[in-house]
Amino acid sequence: MIVESASGRWEPVIGIEVHVELETKSKMFCGCTVDTEAEPNTNVCPVCLALPGALPVINERAIEWIARIGLALGCTVTPDTVFSRKNYFYADIPKGYQISQFDLPVCADGHLDIEVDGVASRVGIERAHMEEDTAKSQHAGDGGRIHTATSTLVDFNRAGVPLVEIVSRPDMHTGAQARAYAQALRQVVLALDVSDAKLEEGSMRFDANVSVRPEGEPELGTKVEVKNMNSFRSLERAVDHEISRQIAHIESGGTVIQETRHWDEADGRTHGMRTKEGSSDYRYFTEPDLPPMHLDEDWVAPIRAALPELPEARAARYRQMGLEAGAADVLAPASPRARELFESAVGAGGDPRQVANWLVQDVTAWLRKADTDLEATPLSAGHLVELGRLVDDGKLSSSAAVMVLGHVLAGDGAPAGVAEANDLIQISDAGALESAIDEIIAANPEEWERYVGGEQKLTGFFVGQVMRVTQGKADPKLVSQILRDKA
Amino acid sequence: MPIEIDVAHVARLARLSLPEEDLARYGEQLGLILEHAAAIQGVETEGVEPTAHPLGIVNRFRPDEVRPSLDRGVVLEQAPDSTETHFRVPPALDAS
Repeated sequence: MIVESASGRWEPVIGIEVHVELETKSKMFCGCTVDTEAEPNTNVCPVCLALPGALPVINERAIEWIARIGLALGCTVTPDTVFSRKNYFYADIPKGYQISQFDLPVCADGHLDIEVDGVASRVGIERAHMEEDTAKSQHAGDGGRIHTATSTLVDFNRAGVPLVEIVSRPDMHTGAQARAYAQALRQVVLALDVSDAKLEEGSMRFDANVSVRPEGEPELGTKVEVKNMNSFRSLERAVDHEISRQIAHIESGGTVIQETRHWDEADGRTHGMRTKEGSSDYRYFTEPDLPPMHLDEDWVAPIRAALPELPEARAARYRQMGLEAGAADVLAPASPRARELFESAVGAGGDPRQVANWLVQDVTAWLRKADTDLEATPLSAGHLVELGRLVDDGKLSSSAAVMVLGHVLAGDGAPAGVAEANDLIQISDAGALESAIDEIIAANPEEWERYVGGEQKLTGFFVGQVMRVTQGKADPKLVSQILRDKA
Repeated sequence: MPIEIDVAHVARLARLSLPEEDLARYGEQLGLILEHAAAIQGVETEGVEPTAHPLGIVNRFRPDEVRPSLDRGVVLEQAPDSTETHFRVPPALDAS
């Protein structure tokens, strides 16, 4: 975690702030639909436009969902909490303040475990607080670039959408860790079914606070907030770039100033935006329009009880079921349908490793090629169990099983019927194979002599001959067995 | 004991344009308000439950239900400047 440079050894320190838009039906403080893809300015009302006299009312589901997120991250739900006003002027915030939280966030003190290159670490979660999203600005004129815009167009559909901000502790030290944290957090949010968490559409967004300090220095360096990363890859690149920039800047005699910098994906650099207003300049005060919330254990208990299994715990369970770590890690956060198929098939007697391998490898590959979703195929848990039985009974070779799987996915029918119809059933009837084997022995007396004499490697030769005359349909295990019996 | 306030800074944060000659007067008045707040800070509150709201009510929630929004045409008509679909405001950042 230490960066060595010409002048010495530096420790980068990274904290991540993640914003997640909740997919509630209605907005945080009013009944407008949450649908950021709707025609601009069609989901607006006096509350989210800040018309005079309009009053906010808290959407209870949003509070339940932030509690769900917090509990999943091991946070405590603050029993007595309030909303606060964060005051600033910007065209996307019509009231002149954002309703947010300050010293009493709904959730505090949690953690998320991450792993980079096999090294596990725990990232502390300082808080998760509830707030409202801002409107969407579009900078008009000269290609929409913010610096050269001649005017700004504002769409208030997003204004007031429930937004959860999750603030990590400064526990990360590399771009790769920042990326792993963001990815793990997204998996948790998806598992909780509270947001679609789409990076490219902005329903999940992250900012990184990056600072560097000389190795061993107890005080944190001045932090720079890096924004505008819209993929995990750009988050990692932006953080690594900012670390190098700060070290180079300090080494050339400069001082890092507290500021917000914009990541530019195209040139791979961060660019200064404006001096960040200090926290006190937001003049937070308790929101007088909203009474406090009392979220006691009676309120929290049902939410805690209804928490779904999280990807990390599920992966551990899958490993216990016998899956290799790789398959468990792929399957645990996979689509609900894939997991359901896996769990039902195993529950009905399917072999966990075999079923997982089909789902993780062959089914995934088939779906990608066919450009479709698992939900759109007729594949059932029963099909997977049946397919497993055909393989176990020696009726299908493993490669034939994959072909059958493709036919089942394409809707051609159930495995046994499909295998039959496509002539893929192995000959596992000893009687049927024996005459073929006898003919081959008769045609190759010399080889047979050597085989009988103990030349084991000739097994391959005979099995190959049998496979050739049966057009690949003989069960190789059975053929070897018969050969051994005859010798 | 009057409290020193950077009135120009406070005015800037609130986007208020105050004439130079009024700054001292506002400073004095704001100072009195802060003195009052300081006096309240001094009150013995040991054993008093904190309160964030005068009415003592909590958890005034609404169910997550959609209610009709306003008509866009009517809404945009109220704005000083708009396009057919958007509010239009001056550029968000100076060109500098």
